[in-house]
Amino acid sequence: MVEKKAVFMAKTKLAEETAVILMLGEINQDTDDALMTAYADAAAMQPAAITLDFSEVDYINSTGIALIVGLLAKARAAHIPLTAVGLSPHYREIFTITRLSDFIQIQ
Amino acid sequence: MTTLRGFWRSKTKAAPAAETPRILNTTETAVIPPTALIPIDLDIAPNDPLLAYIRQNPAVFDAAQLKLDSPAVAAMRQAGVRLPLVSQGELIGLINLGQRLSDQEYSSDDYRLMNDLATQAAPALRIAQLVQQQKLEAVERERIAQELRVARLIQQTLLPQELPALAGWGVSSYYQPARAVVGDFYDFLYFPDGKVGFIVADVTDKGVPAALVMATTRTLLRAAAERLEAPGAVLARTNDVLVQEIPPKMFVTCFYAVLDPATGHLRYANAGHDVPYHHTGQGVVELRATGMPLGLMPGMAYDEKETTLAPGDYVLLYSDGLVEAHNPARGMFGFPRLQSLLSTHADGATLHHFLLAELAAFTGPAWEQEDDVTLVTMQREGAVNSEQLTVNSHPVEFEIPSAPGNERLAMARVAEVVGDLLPASRLEKLKTAVAEATMNAMEHGNLYDPDKPARLKVFVEEAPTSTGSVRVTITDQGGGKPLQPAATPDLEAKLAGEQSPRGWGLFLIQAMVDEMHVHQDDQHHTIELVMHLADDHA
Repeated sequence: MVEKKAVFMAKTKLAEETAVILMLGEINQDTDDALMTAYADAAAMQPAAITLDFSEVDYINSTGIALIVGLLAKARAAHIPLTAVGLSPHYREIFTITRLSDFIQIQ
Repeated sequence: MTTLRGFWRSKTKAAPAAETPRILNTTETAVIPPTALIPIDLDIAPNDPLLAYIRQNPAVFDAAQLKLDSPAVAAMRQAGVRLPLVSQGELIGLINLGQRLSDQEYSSDDYRLMNDLATQAAPALRIAQLVQQQKLEAVERERIAQELRVARLIQQTLLPQELPALAGWGVSSYYQPARAVVGDFYDFLYFPDGKVGFIVADVTDKGVPAALVMATTRTLLRAAAERLEAPGAVLARTNDVLVQEIPPKMFVTCFYAVLDPATGHLRYANAGHDVPYHHTGQGVVELRATGMPLGLMPGMAYDEKETTLAPGDYVLLYSDGLVEAHNPARGMFGFPRLQSLLSTHADGATLHHFLLAELAAFTGPAWEQEDDVTLVTMQREGAVNSEQLTVNSHPVEFEIPSAPGNERLAMARVAEVVGDLLPASRLEKLKTAVAEATMNAMEHGNLYDPDKPARLKVFVEEAPTSTGSVRVTITDQGGGKPLQPAATPDLEAKLAGEQSPRGWGLFLIQAMVDEMHVHQDDQHHTIELVMHLADDHA
């Protein structure tokens, strides 16, 4: 039984020209501010690329997908390529089905 | 017929307050010496001209002077009743006055006083009457509910507590009473030579009378079957006794069969009951045998037929609650549908589950069960798939309170029920589809109203190597509005800001499951998600 309220945290660090956004928890309707703040932090580092690290994310719902679409739109406007790491096979498939994988390099 | 009951004051000088008008109400008797009172009931025919007169003149009249060809007025003239109490155009009572003791006429002041009194008294009396009526109705409702509880109790004690355990045979039964009807029953009879009798019956009528007829019929059938072997003779004997016992206009339809588990031989007779089906390797066959329902006429003869169940064959006995179920468009489930469904389903162990799911899909989620549904199946083991699953014979049902994030509760519960029936990757897909459908139900259907939970049902059907499936239905309470169609979201348009980044829900659901169906009525949307158990879709 899942009783805990949705929890999300995002940390940003710069490693070799690439800003890494490390996410923890659920990406859903409550994630908006935290994720966008993390992106703003990452973009402010003027990186050559941004990596989204999903290895500590256990749930992404359709609202979460919408947030990632929004984040992708910003990154594309700023000409910053996005990479995703740590996606489970299931979410890898969802990125394929939604065609997010056409715009985000999945590793 | 309007009956006004009251107490008539006798004209004795001894009566107190002789000139005070008295309302004809039994509650006033205490202040009047009983010896001075003669009770009267005044019956007024619906076509009495007085009623029309009162509607037009809702005021005091003097019965002695009213020129109306009315039996009621004539009666009042004798009794001296003068003042009608009228509420909303309806005569609800009369104030009764005798002659003044002084033998003088009532003055115009007296009349004015009486009119004022009537105007005040009529609505008060009406309210009292309505309260009384409501009390009576509440008592009546409770009486009906109590009767139904008694009927259910009688029936529950009559239904078999155990299924026949027969080597080489699978027997299953399902019984679901309708909310306000109790009429079906089934029974198993065990004979010393190892044969087993199967009875499915349906009593016309409902409630306690039906339950009592049910009990009588069951006893008579058991008694007849003890002495007589032939199913036709058992029905004939039962009919002859029952016809003397049963209330008029009630009767019992009944199918009775005797199975020899050693050979698969089945002898049967039918008293007007729905014709059972025999699923064979070659197709589905009706077990027809003619005969009148029990309890209608004495001296009836019952056709007797026989068949043999080969390994893998099954016979389904059922009641009309299944075939006469209606969908919202008033279409009936019907025999042809049942027969064609049976032809697609070879496994007796999962048959009831399969039929109930089909029934649910046919009737839609808002169905109020019209009649008892009874199913009894006997299957001879042998040629069927040996890898049968242990199937949960009823859907697992639960509710999820509508609040953001609660879709994860739904995911967890569904995963618990489905367990390892699905490979991990396909279970993940089902969970995502369940989460999205539950979110839609909670957010768009129920508007996150905590009093409107999302309702989920999980069905597991059939064996893994045939057309088995896991079926999940998610129902909200926000019917009426159509669901948005599951158009493929345009990612380029979303990235360009030309389309909302949202709108992935239904698209994701469709992509995750093998089948998605949407059902809708005035109150609900139901999303039905199907994952086939055979792993050829992974």
